[in-house]
Amino acid sequence: MDIRPTDVEDLVSRVSDGAKIALPPQYSNCSLVMARALIRRGVRDLHLIGVPQMGLHADLLIGAGCVSVVETAAVTMGEYGLAPRFTAAVKAGTLKVLDGTCPAILTQLQAAEKGAPFGVLRGMIGSDLLAHREDWKVGENPFAENDPIVYLPALRPDFTMMHALKADREGNVWLGVRRELMLMAHASAATLVTAEEIVDDNLIANPVTAAGTLPAIYVNAIAKVKQGAWPYALPGGYGEDEGHIRQYMDLARTEEGFQEYLARYIFDGAPRAAAE
Amino acid sequence: MTTAVSADAAVRPEEVLIEAIAGMLDGLGHVAVGASSPIPGAAAFLAQSRRPARTRISVLGSERNFFNEGARELFDLAGQGRIDAFFLSGGQIDGTANVNLVAIGDYARPKARFPGSFGSAYMYYVVPRVILFRWEHTRRTLVEAVDFISAPGVSPANVYRPGGPHALITNLCLFDFDRTRARFTLRSVHPGHSLEEVRDQTGFDFDLPADDVPTTPPPDAATLATIRGPVATRLAEVYPAFAARVFGTGAAA
Repeated sequence: MDIRPTDVEDLVSRVSDGAKIALPPQYSNCSLVMARALIRRGVRDLHLIGVPQMGLHADLLIGAGCVSVVETAAVTMGEYGLAPRFTAAVKAGTLKVLDGTCPAILTQLQAAEKGAPFGVLRGMIGSDLLAHREDWKVGENPFAENDPIVYLPALRPDFTMMHALKADREGNVWLGVRRELMLMAHASAATLVTAEEIVDDNLIANPVTAAGTLPAIYVNAIAKVKQGAWPYALPGGYGEDEGHIRQYMDLARTEEGFQEYLARYIFDGAPRAAAE
Repeated sequence: MTTAVSADAAVRPEEVLIEAIAGMLDGLGHVAVGASSPIPGAAAFLAQSRRPARTRISVLGSERNFFNEGARELFDLAGQGRIDAFFLSGGQIDGTANVNLVAIGDYARPKARFPGSFGSAYMYYVVPRVILFRWEHTRRTLVEAVDFISAPGVSPANVYRPGGPHALITNLCLFDFDRTRARFTLRSVHPGHSLEEVRDQTGFDFDLPADDVPTTPPPDAATLATIRGPVATRLAEVYPAFAARVFGTGAAA
């Protein structure tokens, strides 16, 4: 496998129209630099999977017309308000939403991680989520009498995309305690990574870092990008650019404003992401 | 970090809710609080300050928790019964404690769309004491029947359900929930509000206490000092905007 660092445009060139892409929640190593590169590429009909929820990265891709389906427990901008382009697309009927709940999505990825056909989970019975999810089924607990339980099919994304503080020259990626990223990579056919730096030390060989490191066996390509999570925070790296996110929320209230945002920050160069 | 609200300032509405919620958390072992729930968060910190050796608090999506297995750990803990109390809200909540975090109107072409159900369709079933929190108490938010059930208030007897709704607290009042009857009973009305106001603003039927409707007790002087001191300071680490607005924290930080 080729683990020589590449660039962001090369990473996203591997993603075809219609691909299923797993994305982390807003507080966990989002690669906004890859989302912007996907928009510049003009990719279409993506199926985004929020593990278990998504934020700005999803709202950008939805607003730019790159997405047909979102499968997630939520699309949220947290205390900033409702995700503007997600909300507009759902109300317009142009986006299919497979509404889920956090532990169900995690259970489906855990089944894929094991190579099993399905997982089971308590809860959910009586929720309207089930009524709208033909792929989720209520069955019986085979070890008890009259004990209904929900069966959830394994979920295997084509890609996981993430941004990390550091990776090494072997392709191992440091993730620390953000272990939902490990689950996503284990369950996905391929994982694409942007990282702030490429270090010489082998992260898996060092017992201090090994437990928080995604092994290279799951990693398909890495690009070195400074500020790759911007305007989101990178745990252990930098904080959130609140002023920029407020500006996004203000512009993205309207289609015209969103197009202005795209022109300013995605098609005319992103001022904070020098390597993009 | 300083606190700009002096100890003898009038009791704020938020402080009445913090005291009421803290009373429902007293002595519990593990309370989990969502990332955008500052009033429940303050109540959890207050409850912990009263029983520091007993009560553990996990604030989700922040550095203020002990999890190291990623997003699934909260739900796995809850599924095993290792979380005693949790908070849910909803764009709509109805008289049988169904919560709606998805949409208003037709699901396919909604009039309003919310972020989504998050973990509600699981946590509501497995956490023994779920406290519903919704500041805005109007007929828009407290409805006869929700448009979409993210998570139901009650379940048939054969559905595994050790958890469920315990109470509903709003800016006007506190309701208890009876799971066997699937109904709310008014426990108390907050100072400055009336039963008539609660009736006018509530879209569902509820029961009344046998005697006169009590007023929600405001925090006493010692509790107020705790809320405005150590609780406000801890709150500012996790919910800085809320702490600055209500308690004036961070003015000299």
